Amino acid sequence: MTKRFWNEYQKEIADDHFFYERSCIRQTFFPGSEAAFLRIMRDVLHKDIYDEENAHTCTGIGYHSDFVPLETTMTVVARLFSLMKEKGYTNYVPSCVTSFGIFSEMIDMWQHDPELLEKTRENLRKATGREFEMPTNLAHPSDIIYKFREELKQHMKYQLVNRFTGKPLRVVEHVGCHYAKIFPERGIGNAEFPYVLAGMIESWGGEVVDYPERRHCCGFGFRHYLLQENRGYSVANSKKKFESMEPYEPDFIVSNCPGCSMFMDKWQYTIAEMENKTYDRDGYGIPVLTYEEMAGLLLGFDPWELGLQIHQVQSEKLMDKIGIKYDPDAKYRGVNGKILPQPEKPHVLKQ
Amino acid sequence: MGNLYNLLMQDSRASEALKACMNCGICTAICPAAEFFDYDPRQICDTVQRKDENAIEALLRSETIWSCGQCLSCKARCPRGNAPGEIILILRKHAQALGYLNDHIREQQRRMASAQGRNILETGYCVHPDLVNPAQHPEQGPIWEWYVNNIMDVAPKLGANYHGEGPGALREIHQKNLEEIRRIYEVTGGMDLHQKLLEE
Repeated sequence: MTKRFWNEYQKEIADDHFFYERSCIRQTFFPGSEAAFLRIMRDVLHKDIYDEENAHTCTGIGYHSDFVPLETTMTVVARLFSLMKEKGYTNYVPSCVTSFGIFSEMIDMWQHDPELLEKTRENLRKATGREFEMPTNLAHPSDIIYKFREELKQHMKYQLVNRFTGKPLRVVEHVGCHYAKIFPERGIGNAEFPYVLAGMIESWGGEVVDYPERRHCCGFGFRHYLLQENRGYSVANSKKKFESMEPYEPDFIVSNCPGCSMFMDKWQYTIAEMENKTYDRDGYGIPVLTYEEMAGLLLGFDPWELGLQIHQVQSEKLMDKIGIKYDPDAKYRGVNGKILPQPEKPHVLKQ
Repeated sequence: MGNLYNLLMQDSRASEALKACMNCGICTAICPAAEFFDYDPRQICDTVQRKDENAIEALLRSETIWSCGQCLSCKARCPRGNAPGEIILILRKHAQALGYLNDHIREQQRRMASAQGRNILETGYCVHPDLVNPAQHPEQGPIWEWYVNNIMDVAPKLGANYHGEGPGALREIHQKNLEEIRRIYEVTGGMDLHQKLLEE
């Protein structure tokens, strides 16, 4: 019998009453995914989830790029936890994987060093007059979707199955590094066998592609992407992954990390422009979805409300394979149906 | 024992970051930065744990510590539970504090403080679509330019509350929240570092 290593690494995920905090990168590039997560939680799973308007960045990008010191990040995190306390919640849900890593790290440091915890309390009090408590449960939204994947399946209109062949879709799952590489015990399936996305794919009818560079970083690199001259690092790492997955002919990529989802989409455009190369057979690229976009599509959400039109690799061929109904005419319309100008087409990547 | 090694080890992250490196090199083998740059996390761990003050000072003054991409793959794989990526954060912190940055790295740090550092203090977030200028981000492709040019019409369709009151993606952050972030920066050293990086 096959040993299921991921089974040995499970975590406790709260059942209801969540405090949601938005992400810098996701609100910029994937606002439709954050909206879909809240819709799934409220309208499909009927959970209580609070969307905090007074929240802000965790400063994680600045911390890992060395322009925000540890003590500042720690106290900013404490302020976010104080907002949760103020609203009467104890289950914290950060939209971002880097935030999830930052919160895990700060909690770990406070738990190991009570003096540091006290110092942070003093700093927060001095700066804002606020008090905070650590959450009793910290879960990434992908953990929550994973937890309720079978319940969600009951509501889904579609499966991850190719309607032309009847075979499961072949899906590359990319788990953000800071989900489980910093604290493996806090991720479902550990860092080596993360099952958080694979579990969704398998439950919803798809097949996970196991390729050599499955665990390699997308290449964000924090300062390396922020500094224009260092972006070669970023694209080179994604390219390594694309080359490794190409022979397996994946139908799409799904990720739980804000940066990874954006980079693996945009770097396919960049590589196509630079090297006239795409990683699918037909020149359209491999669509990259967030896990909310994947779940939302299967639940029958409108793809243009999920935001698939603001990806550079387009998803119509994938939707056709699944049999998802969509209105092509609505793709480049704004709110209230306003007709907008068409975006310029890339030179290489077919749209 | 010299001063620099002690300084590094006083950091609250140090005891978890560097326990005892046995020089196996797994961190270097799986490191995305080691593959792309002339960078070797194994050597960095070894240099620090040897406690050779001259070697540590050379490391602090070097560009190599700025190669790490902070994916922390090294932490997951190290059989001794070290975290070379965390050691890098400690080294970079002190390189900045001691004024050891060369002109190139100093200019890079100034640019990030001036862009994403300012974003935090002015918008409450590190990234915001108003600040991701398509001209400076050709890799974002024509779709990004389309989104930015039509954001008033597209963002609401995606459920965002662009510059609106109340909750939601891209909402306007209240001044009271920005003021509290600013006070946290002042109390915890964030503002000193921000100003220092901008002035250098």
